[in-house]
Amino acid sequence: MNELKDKSLPHEVSPSNLGSSNLDLDTPDKPYLDSNELIINMGPQHPATHGVLRVILKLDGEKVLGTECVIGYLHRGVEKIAENRTYTMFNPYVDRMDYVAAVSNGLGYCQAVEKLLNIEAPPRANYIRVILTELNRLASHQIWLGTHALDIGAMTPLFYTFRDREEILKIFEKYCGARLTTHAFRIGGCQYELYNGFEKDVKNFLSFFPPKMDEYEALLTGNRIWIDRTKNVGMLSAKDAIALGVTGPMLRASGVKWDIRKAIPYANYKDFDFEVPIGQNGDTYDRYLVRMQEMRQSCRIIEQAVNGIPEGPIMAKVPKVIKPPVGEIYHSIEAPKGELGYFIVSDGSTQPYRVRVRPPSFVNLQALDTMVKGQLVADVVAVIGTIDIVLGEVDR
Amino acid sequence: MNPAINVGAAPVATPWFFYGLAAAAVISGLLVITRRNAVHSALALIVTLLSVAGLYLMLYAPFVAGVQIIVYAGGIMVLFLFVIMLVNIERVSKERQFNRIWPIGLLASCALLALFLSAFKKGKSLFPDRIIPLPEATNTQGIAAMLYGEAGKMGQYTFTFEIASLLLLVAILGAVIMTKKKI
Amino acid sequence: MIDSFLSYLGSTVPPANAGNQLWVLIYVLIIFAAVSLTVMWLINWVERKALAHFQVRLGPMRVGPHGLLQPFADALKLMLKEDIIPDQADKAVFWFAPVIGLLAAFTVYIVIPFGPSQAVSDMNIGILFMLGVSSLGVLGIVTAGWASNSHYPLMGALRSSAQMVSYEVAMGLAVVSAILMTSLNPSGTGTLSMIGIVEAQQQQGIWFLFKFFPLGLIAFVIFAIAMVAETNRAPFDLPEAESELTAGFHTEYSGLRWSLFMLAEYAAMMAVSSIAVTMWLGGWLRPFPNLMHGPTWDFIFSLFPGLSFVAFAAFAFIGTVRMPKHSYFKIQTVGLGIFGLVLAFIALILLVISIGGYVAQAHATTGPSPTGLLKALATFNEGIGYVYWFLLKVTIFMYLFIWYRATWPRYRFDQLMKIGWKVMLPVSLGALIATAIVGVIVK
Repeated sequence: MNELKDKSLPHEVSPSNLGSSNLDLDTPDKPYLDSNELIINMGPQHPATHGVLRVILKLDGEKVLGTECVIGYLHRGVEKIAENRTYTMFNPYVDRMDYVAAVSNGLGYCQAVEKLLNIEAPPRANYIRVILTELNRLASHQIWLGTHALDIGAMTPLFYTFRDREEILKIFEKYCGARLTTHAFRIGGCQYELYNGFEKDVKNFLSFFPPKMDEYEALLTGNRIWIDRTKNVGMLSAKDAIALGVTGPMLRASGVKWDIRKAIPYANYKDFDFEVPIGQNGDTYDRYLVRMQEMRQSCRIIEQAVNGIPEGPIMAKVPKVIKPPVGEIYHSIEAPKGELGYFIVSDGSTQPYRVRVRPPSFVNLQALDTMVKGQLVADVVAVIGTIDIVLGEVDR
Repeated sequence: MNPAINVGAAPVATPWFFYGLAAAAVISGLLVITRRNAVHSALALIVTLLSVAGLYLMLYAPFVAGVQIIVYAGGIMVLFLFVIMLVNIERVSKERQFNRIWPIGLLASCALLALFLSAFKKGKSLFPDRIIPLPEATNTQGIAAMLYGEAGKMGQYTFTFEIASLLLLVAILGAVIMTKKKI
Repeated sequence: MIDSFLSYLGSTVPPANAGNQLWVLIYVLIIFAAVSLTVMWLINWVERKALAHFQVRLGPMRVGPHGLLQPFADALKLMLKEDIIPDQADKAVFWFAPVIGLLAAFTVYIVIPFGPSQAVSDMNIGILFMLGVSSLGVLGIVTAGWASNSHYPLMGALRSSAQMVSYEVAMGLAVVSAILMTSLNPSGTGTLSMIGIVEAQQQQGIWFLFKFFPLGLIAFVIFAIAMVAETNRAPFDLPEAESELTAGFHTEYSGLRWSLFMLAEYAAMMAVSSIAVTMWLGGWLRPFPNLMHGPTWDFIFSLFPGLSFVAFAAFAFIGTVRMPKHSYFKIQTVGLGIFGLVLAFIALILLVISIGGYVAQAHATTGPSPTGLLKALATFNEGIGYVYWFLLKVTIFMYLFIWYRATWPRYRFDQLMKIGWKVMLPVSLGALIATAIVGVIVK
């Protein structure tokens, strides 16, 4: 059997150590379990894991000693499918990864291919893209808030956020016909022109929404029980966050000022004036505050964008058959959950050679172990909620 | 006997209540020691304690009955059940039910029974003819007077009561210190 | 038998004290039926509708007009479900555990006074009895968790019982605070009997909530928080929440057995609310008996029961009028209309009784004391008034329970225990000592 082992890899990959866990479950020199250690399995079918996520916990009484996430229950082979589809045909597939924030997925992919083709979307298209992406950021954060509060026990914010999210979904439906998996953008711009009354709808929404955010804050931000459940829970220091590759609101709540919209601006984000909220401690409460502030800043961006949509074409000059030159590109955007990156390798044909998606939830989920070590079992649920994962993105 | 108390106010069914409660107490007492399953024993003990509380009620001592339920059945037995359920004692039920020196145990309990019977016979004249129905209010106030004193004087057992509560506090502190890994 | 039935009417002591077994039985049956029906129908419906309206949705609307028959449908469904017993579970204890919980929850109702003689029994140790029996409820939960023979329900049961036992201590101390206040009576002795506590409030002319402000309030708040923890309701419902790792103690119970647990929980909620109302909120006493006294004020306050039923009937009629005019809704419209008529009929009876009581009162002050029908009306008027004010206050507490559940997240278990031992216990002890000191000074 020795010939089957691949000697060129840094360590031997053999069937015996594939899938070895970091919980030291089968090291021969250590006994299997100490006397009061317990292995508990959470999921994949569990009300609080936001999808089909399986978490194996090693507990000492109530304290968590280690966790291991088992993913892959929602793996659909999206990246492999990409190798057999043309660039335009693959566009609807990216929506299904982070199905909660489908518009940003589409934005990232279209911009990545546009970079490969070396074309730029016209300014009007960029403004439309920014408005829809920021609306989708609001929708994604609303789902996060509702489900996170529900996991901690507050049942009511879920209904409020879903009700307000309906307004956003109505706008999407009027624009492109779909509420959730919108396929809003095309390579080179947008396909659909804004419908009559789009600006009015968006402005109505902007006057309707901030009081609702005050409602959510009134229910949760000053609530003693909420603070007790989220403060100093799931701490992630800035050093750990950078080392683990965590991005998005989690990184900003740990104190690192990094937002791709400001650092490496794309799609005319330079034109807009907005702030990037930063947290201090890196605990769950800070992540909550950062995301709430991000929602308000998104409203600011949408307001500026909708007041100044330029005239012009909505689609750049894109060849009928998209055959990008040979090369590779990595393009990332600030999705609601973090840095969403697309690495596309083109071999000159109509179908990409490789599309690799860097999902933010996948990388953020790896921080679960660090955040939850030493905390109590009841905090695991809160921390999973605060990472804001979507299994479609984690598993692809 | 206090002539002001109307003895005839005892309800008709009193002997039946006594027999019923006493039978429940004895039968569940037997169940306690004969069940293999420790939780069944604990539940039978709860029934015993509740029957004894009922017997206290029949002796016109409602305060003692109430405290018996709160402290014994509701506190101590819950503690027993906690320990039984948390500690893995399955192997105990597979052990022998009677250990080797059971004849000596039988002898000792027969001696105790003989002691009780002789005390009952000798002291029969000291027991009253029938139940003395005391006014119900006096039980709580009587105990309070003995424990806490009334009208400015110290009660008969105030000092003892306070010392006992101090002892219990020391015991609790000791238990906490012994079980905590670090203070 | 008829003798025994009639001899109790017009008595001013509860039937157990009067020695009347028949009426004891009647009261017990009424209480059992009333509590079960109220819990199953009224509280269940109100909770679902109120929770739904808090969450910007409508709640049950289909089964019966505005979902009024939904609880019956739920009960029927639960009864028809398959009775699953785990294979290795201890069958006798599994069967018996919900019974223990139910017994403990319902036995408390023996001492709850709905009026000065409207209680099953006025025990001398009423409050002690209540504390003892509610501590027996813990046993039901522990045995339920153990009998399921499964790791998670056992852990959930042990946590739940640890929580209940911890908050019982704070509850007991808060109760002792209130008992201390009863000893400030003109007669000089305190009492543990529930009716005695309300009568002490009546004699001292102030609800214990407002006595020695803020000491009565502190004791009341401690009891109000402890009773939420005692009944495992939000925000202290970690042991029975679905999104936590250790599922609750009633995981393995399905169908009717689970509904028995829910019945016990809601009955316990009503029982502890009744205790809180009796001890701090003046039980059956109507508000402002000192400020607004006299026959006219009595008459106005006695109109309240009738007027609330008029309000209910008005809601029912408005609902009937606003039903969609569609053939599918015909039955619902007719049903709601009939329900409204029934409520209006009850309202009419209550108003007649209160008017009769007023007339009897007027006769009593001017002429000879009324006999026959007027006397009966006067007695009914008083009795209904007592029961109404008591139930109104209990309803406020039940609504608060539902409000807490809709609004607040739940506490983590260690935070829960920390609050019970480190916050509630010292505060209630402090309130007790302060009440004692102030009581001695005032005397």
